[in-house]
Amino acid sequence: MILFFEQTLNGLQLGVMLFLLAAGLTLVFGIMGIINLAHGSLYMIGAMASAVIAMRTGSFGLGLLAGLGAAGLGGMAIELGVLRQLYARPHLDQVGATFGLILLVDGLATMIVGRQPLFVAAPQALSGAVTLWPGLDYPVYRLVVIGVGLLVAVLLYLIVHQTRLGMLIRAGATHRETVRALGVDIRLVYTLVFGLGALLAGLAGVIAGPLVAVQVGMGEQILIGTFVVVVIGGTGSIRGAFLGAMLVGLVDTLTRAFAPGLLKQVLPASEADALAGGLSSIAVYLLMAMVLLVRPEGLLPAQGQTQ
Amino acid sequence: MSTGGLVRWAAVAIAGAIALGLPWLAAAVGDPALVPLGARILVAAIAAASLNLLVGQGGLVSFGHAAFFGVGGYVVAILYEQTASGERLFGLLPGAGDLLLTIPAAILFGGLTAAAIGALALRTRGVQFIMITLAFAQMLFFVMVSLKAYGGEDGLLVRRRNTLGGHDMRDDDAIYFLCLACFSAHLFLTARVVGSRFGRVLEGVRQNERRLAAIGIATYRYKLTAFIIAGMGAGLAGALSANLTRFVSPDMLHWTKSGELLIMVILGGTGALAGPLVGAAAFIGLETLFSGWTEHWQPLLGAVILGIVLASRRGLGGWLPRGKATS
Repeated sequence: MILFFEQTLNGLQLGVMLFLLAAGLTLVFGIMGIINLAHGSLYMIGAMASAVIAMRTGSFGLGLLAGLGAAGLGGMAIELGVLRQLYARPHLDQVGATFGLILLVDGLATMIVGRQPLFVAAPQALSGAVTLWPGLDYPVYRLVVIGVGLLVAVLLYLIVHQTRLGMLIRAGATHRETVRALGVDIRLVYTLVFGLGALLAGLAGVIAGPLVAVQVGMGEQILIGTFVVVVIGGTGSIRGAFLGAMLVGLVDTLTRAFAPGLLKQVLPASEADALAGGLSSIAVYLLMAMVLLVRPEGLLPAQGQTQ
Repeated sequence: MSTGGLVRWAAVAIAGAIALGLPWLAAAVGDPALVPLGARILVAAIAAASLNLLVGQGGLVSFGHAAFFGVGGYVVAILYEQTASGERLFGLLPGAGDLLLTIPAAILFGGLTAAAIGALALRTRGVQFIMITLAFAQMLFFVMVSLKAYGGEDGLLVRRRNTLGGHDMRDDDAIYFLCLACFSAHLFLTARVVGSRFGRVLEGVRQNERRLAAIGIATYRYKLTAFIIAGMGAGLAGALSANLTRFVSPDMLHWTKSGELLIMVILGGTGALAGPLVGAAAFIGLETLFSGWTEHWQPLLGAVILGIVLASRRGLGGWLPRGKATS
């Protein structure tokens, strides 16, 4: 029971990380109609910049600033330099160009940082564990990650549904021409939205630093999971992204934790481990296939969107 | 015959002569490595052409095409493993080491896998279709990684190439000509499919699917059929690749491989029938060139791809004479 509770927390933690990425991806897609394969690269940029600065200065706070800044500025540069020319082009061209971007960013990262993974320590104040329950000690850092993710989710919801920018974002998603006719600089809105998405991806990268190995390729690894989240949740919707991310985080973590044990009851240990590894990698894709069978548009697609 | 037609036939004749004469050309310039390079390009071109049937003709941007390529490769490797060990799959199916058996088997399994994935993925469209095909291919990738019996992450060696009707294919020239023959046959069949009524319906799906549905055409069935045909083509390419490199691994199904195939289609341009060959030659050619130059060839390749996509709406194939069936 305690193990289950602990793994559920781990699942939530993975879920909020995926949400930070999926929210940006789905905002950019829902509003600008752009499929951006290089979204994972922004996550990697955030993680690497913060890891390098944190290791040099010894300060996690400075690393956080560096990671957010690098991802945000990198995102703006990508929007201005590349994506701006792709809005009116078919998805195929967007896939091609952003695939090229991945190779470019990964290559540059290898040249600057090298191929060795970087390991980042959690900030001093957040190291250690708290006792949540008799017998359940949980790392403070992971709890903070969950808290930050939930906070960002609430803030994002408020921005999209309660502010003027959010109103423009929602209006721009469905009635682009009308918004433009009303005298709004839609290009500026696009750059801001993309910057916001990049910032969220960068934030995910920074807080992932102490949890995973920071290395070239980390962006692509998480990108596929993010796609699954967006498809399950329904493209273009923040609420959908949140629901999808939580489902994927929990399913992935719980199968990873409990599949080996269950399989070992019927199979030899080594084979059970291998099979369980495969099964838990597949579980989220199975979840996606089932959701799509019932609802091809995803669980909570953005309203008023024409596909 | 118009001038355009003449230019087109002249281009085809020259390309055909180079393709047929490559082993002698390679010997003449003293670079025997050109023959396996040519075979690699032909194999990639088959896979890219099968993807182009979906993308160029039907407007269906599939990002999981490497799955069928990998399945074709694994069919060859597993059948070989069984002949080598004499074991039967599930105690039933014997192994095979002859291309006359392994190639049809690879095509069959490529098609079956495509039928299963396509039936689900084609319920969606647009960007969701892109992401779903990508996710299903990743699922198969993880299946192969976790199947320790077939090498898991490390992949499987195919110690000896398949025979062809008992004929040894160890010679690089022999396997090159096999790839050339398969490429030509695949190109011919693809041209027939594109030019048929079926091809026109597919074209209509890309241009205006709703209108087709409105006049009573069940577009889902056409799309699924195209998906299966494309899967079979990729299965063929995978089988050839397994023989060419004598090795299969989960990397054959990895999403980056699917991305490479899409890039070949984009580079070649989706309009022309010969586009995938041009795209495959450009991609593999640039990769070979850059990796010979510098250790950091990947960002270079990325920058070139980015530049070509941004600068040209129809890829390098924009300069190709267009096939009349797709114009």
